[in-house]
Amino acid sequence: MSEQALNPGDILYRPGTSDREIEAAAAHAATHYQRSVTFWRWAILGLLLGGWEGAVRLEWIDVFFFSKPTDIVFRLYEWITEGTSEGPLWYHLWVTMEEALIGFFSGSIIGIIVGIALGRNRMLADIFSIYIKVINSIPRVVLAPIFIMFFGLGLMSKVALAFVMVFFVVFANAFQGVREADRAMLANAQILGASRWQLTRTVIIPSAMSWIFASLHVSFGFAIIGAIVGEFVGSRYGIGLLINIAKGSFDSAGMYAAILVIMVVALGAEALMTAIENRLARWRPAPLHETN
Amino acid sequence: MTSTHNDAPAIELINVSRRFITPDGKSMTAIRDFTMTVERGEFVAVVGPTGCGKSTTLNLVTGLAKPSAGEVRVMGGPVNGIDPRIGFVFQTDALFPWLSVLDNVLAGPSYRGKPREQALADAKAWLARVNLGEHASKYPHQLSGGMRKRVSLAQTFINEPQILLMDEPFSALDVQTRALMHEELLRLWSEARASVVFVTHDLEEAIALADKVYVLTAGPATVKAVYPVDLPRPRNVADIRYDPQFIALSRTIWGSLKEEVQLGYQRAEQAA
Repeated sequence: MSEQALNPGDILYRPGTSDREIEAAAAHAATHYQRSVTFWRWAILGLLLGGWEGAVRLEWIDVFFFSKPTDIVFRLYEWITEGTSEGPLWYHLWVTMEEALIGFFSGSIIGIIVGIALGRNRMLADIFSIYIKVINSIPRVVLAPIFIMFFGLGLMSKVALAFVMVFFVVFANAFQGVREADRAMLANAQILGASRWQLTRTVIIPSAMSWIFASLHVSFGFAIIGAIVGEFVGSRYGIGLLINIAKGSFDSAGMYAAILVIMVVALGAEALMTAIENRLARWRPAPLHETN
Repeated sequence: MTSTHNDAPAIELINVSRRFITPDGKSMTAIRDFTMTVERGEFVAVVGPTGCGKSTTLNLVTGLAKPSAGEVRVMGGPVNGIDPRIGFVFQTDALFPWLSVLDNVLAGPSYRGKPREQALADAKAWLARVNLGEHASKYPHQLSGGMRKRVSLAQTFINEPQILLMDEPFSALDVQTRALMHEELLRLWSEARASVVFVTHDLEEAIALADKVYVLTAGPATVKAVYPVDLPRPRNVADIRYDPQFIALSRTIWGSLKEEVQLGYQRAEQAA
């Protein structure tokens, strides 16, 4: 339980210390601990950025390749207020997000459906497993030029790439989650009167849910990778294009600024996903430690 | 339902055998020439050495497994798939962890398409009967082992099974909780008058609860002997173990069971 984590284990209490005093001491120790964690997190960030800035200014490293934090912030500010050389930053971000989101949703929904269908049907699973293994062995990014050829420079080719990045991860986890469903629980539901469809809906899917969620966490990142790699290879808009153009004009600040935009988006998506998962998984025991 | 005779026994297993194919492709016999009769409203306990095939007998009655030879009859009719008149309490925790206690108890009626209002009233009544009325909105992980088992009982009893199969249901509980669960089970059973098959490896538990004790041989399981238990009901499970009649019976049955336990143990050692 969480109170153990907060308990200052090495404090010895005098005999006769009241529960209230012990609780107060524990609460104090907990806030103190939280504060020092927060302090060190900021301190390390400051140290890294300060070191980078200082190293460039002292000319230990070349600003041409490494840029410097203040330049990056300035470039970002410029993009936000005046737009990039290729048009407004928000439009590029929106294009990338659109590609990633469509790829993410279509890939995860179809991955879940196929994973559950094959997980429930042994014959189908045995037939298709070999194909899935073969296709899965292809490094996904090499498909980018092929998709550009198929679907052109627009939205579709990036969505396709994001889709294949997401699909296999979600599929594999949904499939495994179905296979791991507890046998006693399945037998119990059957004897209580569940039909095959009720069994899938009320037992198989909920028990596969934690597996599926684990895959959704990583696969949103994959969807963004798919969209950006697709934009590298050929596109007219998007954050990937911005990075590509910055690379072409040796604008290192521009490259880092684009990366920073993507980082913020990915972190935001991750936080949203965690919030949704926590909401859906209220039935699970609370974790032993809260690490926030 | 197929033809059901009112006078037929609740469960009949007639010369039943069940063979498995093991993962390395060999055929293995779990039970052989197994014959057992459970009358209506009768409480039968099945004891035998570990791993002898006790659970297999229950799966044959539920319809989750089919016999390789012989005949299984439930309420005088053959077994075709899962019979809705059967309830099953598992050894392991078979509750749905993502459902609240109330929704767990509601599972059976909602699978069976009972009207929601009626089902909800039944579920609340059953939770009250197992003294969990105040815990209806909690999740299984928030309950103790004994409380979870009581939820399982309510979940099974709400379907009003005429046949109740129990596969070492209390073996994971500590001794004191187990004694309380015995009282609880006998109380529920005396109200519901279901026919019970209770599989266990605990001989005292078997004698304290049952009308009849079947002793099985070390695998492949077959019936070694049947002992009627003539102790009067209602029984006080906590005190009955000191009853001289109980002790005498316990000694007799253990004499028979011990040989099989030793045989089973020797075989397990040789196999290891």
